[in-house]
Amino acid sequence: MNSAVKSKDGAGIDFGRALKDGVLIGIVAFALLGPLVGLKTDQNMANELILQNRLGLAAILSVIIGVGRFLLSAFIYPWIAARGRRSKSAVTLAELEARARVTRGLSVTGLVFLFVYPVLIISLFGVQGSIKWVDNYGVQILIYVMLGWGLNIVIGLAGLLDLGYVAFYAVGAYSYALLAINFHLSFWVLLPVAGILAAFWGIILGFPVLRLRGDYLAIVTLAFGEIIRLVLINWKDFSGGSAGISSIPKVTLFGIYSFDMGASNSFIKAFHLSPSSAYYKVFLYYLILLLALLTAFITIRLRRLPIGRAWEALREDEVACRSLGINTTNTKLTAFAIGAMFGGFAGSFFAARQGFVSPESFIFMESAVIVAIVVLGGMGSMIGVALAAVAMIGGTELLRELDFLKLVFGKDFNPDQYRMLLFGLAMVIIMVWKPTGFVSARQPTAFLFKRKTVSGDLVKEGHG
Amino acid sequence: MEVFVQQVINGITIGSLYGLIAIGYTMVFGIIGMVNFAHGDVFMVSAFFALIFLLVLTSWLGIASMTLALILVMVVAMVLTGLLVWAIERVAYAPLRGSFRLAPLISAIGMSIVLSNFIQVAQGPRNKPIPPVTRDVYTLWEGANGYPVNLSLKQIIIWVVTALLLAAFWYVVQKTALGRAQRACEQDRKMASLLGVNVDRTISLTFVIGAALAAVAGTLFLMYYGVVVFSDGFTPGVKAFTAAVLGGIGSLPGAVLGGLLIGLIETLWGQYVSADYQNVAAFSILVIVLIFMPQGLLGRPEVEKV
Repeated sequence: MNSAVKSKDGAGIDFGRALKDGVLIGIVAFALLGPLVGLKTDQNMANELILQNRLGLAAILSVIIGVGRFLLSAFIYPWIAARGRRSKSAVTLAELEARARVTRGLSVTGLVFLFVYPVLIISLFGVQGSIKWVDNYGVQILIYVMLGWGLNIVIGLAGLLDLGYVAFYAVGAYSYALLAINFHLSFWVLLPVAGILAAFWGIILGFPVLRLRGDYLAIVTLAFGEIIRLVLINWKDFSGGSAGISSIPKVTLFGIYSFDMGASNSFIKAFHLSPSSAYYKVFLYYLILLLALLTAFITIRLRRLPIGRAWEALREDEVACRSLGINTTNTKLTAFAIGAMFGGFAGSFFAARQGFVSPESFIFMESAVIVAIVVLGGMGSMIGVALAAVAMIGGTELLRELDFLKLVFGKDFNPDQYRMLLFGLAMVIIMVWKPTGFVSARQPTAFLFKRKTVSGDLVKEGHG
Repeated sequence: MEVFVQQVINGITIGSLYGLIAIGYTMVFGIIGMVNFAHGDVFMVSAFFALIFLLVLTSWLGIASMTLALILVMVVAMVLTGLLVWAIERVAYAPLRGSFRLAPLISAIGMSIVLSNFIQVAQGPRNKPIPPVTRDVYTLWEGANGYPVNLSLKQIIIWVVTALLLAAFWYVVQKTALGRAQRACEQDRKMASLLGVNVDRTISLTFVIGAALAAVAGTLFLMYYGVVVFSDGFTPGVKAFTAAVLGGIGSLPGAVLGGLLIGLIETLWGQYVSADYQNVAAFSILVIVLIFMPQGLLGRPEVEKV
């Protein structure tokens, strides 16, 4: 069969087949899009559903899909097949080292940029104009970078697909909100407390699901995430129900200065600055940056420890792992707990930044976004996850800015609607096309730098 | 007593719908060992197909007979949902056989997000109510305190359609060549392909059959509740998955049994314990079953092979 395929490819492009494919897919697309896009259900004045005819739009979309399929069959698949035939040499050590150097260079530049970013923005847009860029872009993206890195420990390193990560985010947010309001504790005391509580919940939720296979584990974590959200909605005495908790205290500058305008130790009064919330935003930016870097630092160090190695071994093959004497229970639990802890940190930061938490912020879609970021970045790759977060979160924020899109797609074009659609599509495409991730692939962390000869007396029974 | 009987009637009705959806999960899991996460959203899309064609039939073509409209709508929804799932399987799942362990699941999660958000974009985020298909309600008996036990025509339709479909489905799986090929693939895919079973086609058809049953559930759901919204796939999807797990994943009678049990537990919990925590109960069953009884009621214990 293989030779038949090859001879066909060799004979050039099979336009007839491609055309048939294209037309067939176009017809299928129209059969599906015709009703779903072409006939939009709308409510009229009497609150009755009526159909709005948009069959033209459906036809256009179907033609696009059909033509796309034709191009795929006619040009792209043969091209990929031709490329695949070229012999692929194995990756050499030198190449790996070169790649590692590029990654390192990228990380250093990125880091420097991140630290000067607020300064740059303030000098460009002024103090007041910087709020949008520092808060909407900087802080927002960094929260997702941190969540991505935290979940990366569970999914990327330990290979446990956790669909309820947002539960730990919620635990962190609610612990800060409730403890700060009821006991008037400061953010700096509650940050570790929130982390510990989230880690504790990670262990509680992780313990029962340890025996489960990958996909069962995913669904159970999803169920746990939903249970926590539903309890938050319904246990009104505890969490305020779906109304949430508001007026959560702000973060202070280590208790020395407050960012509340009216406070006696106000930061703005002490330094005789013009009143603006921009200073608080810049402070939050550096705070979340440091928290994210803490996550990265701890992850990188843990990867070099036996526990990190055990995580990666577990990801590759659980049975082999167990037969080599690794305690899979402890390995999975630590991954769950440490991942959850960073989720808790991010959660308490989120609560302090928003000043308001409600169960609405912790829906399953939020988990899905974080999972998508980890998957798109390449499970296990730190820099990939960070770049994916920038692309996905920053990208959708940017879409909102582009006014010419409104001219193309009409007045009520709202890119936010398409955000999750794009996330989902990207997840499917990445799994089909490049399961190691768009941005970057995970690389082996343990390999020999040079071949070593091992003398006979070291390999006798009972030794390595 | 009357309240209890009424809730059992309601529970069986919802449970039949869960059972119909659960068959899709359990068949796909049985044959390729994958949790088709998008199945709940397929169910929701099928309800939208049903909604749109119901409107086409009633407002554009002017068909007055509700029975005829309902049958036509159900058939159209089954065909279109089958086509949709066939396309999804070809695009998002088929290329992933032999990829790493979590790849099909992640792809299915992506597909689930795509489906629900596509419907949100294409059909709008608001509830889509339809006028009631039928208002007929039969009072079975009245209790001493005047509390009536009601059985609505809608509920009877759901019971009858579910029973007929399950019989037809059982016949397909047990007596036809396709069913034989399915069961063969379930036991040993490689051996089945060596013996001349077209494994790819069988897997595709398994997805399509599961989707057709979900489409029936979608149509009945729309008829029963009279409203559908783009986010309706998630919760019934998880509950139907719970049903499949409770009955023993991979077991077809188990899926139906699990569906009925979940429906009953949910309604009785809502009546006697707490209506607020109804979904919490359903999700907790999933967790408890998976932890303490992962093979389910009628399933075989799973052996992990290297």
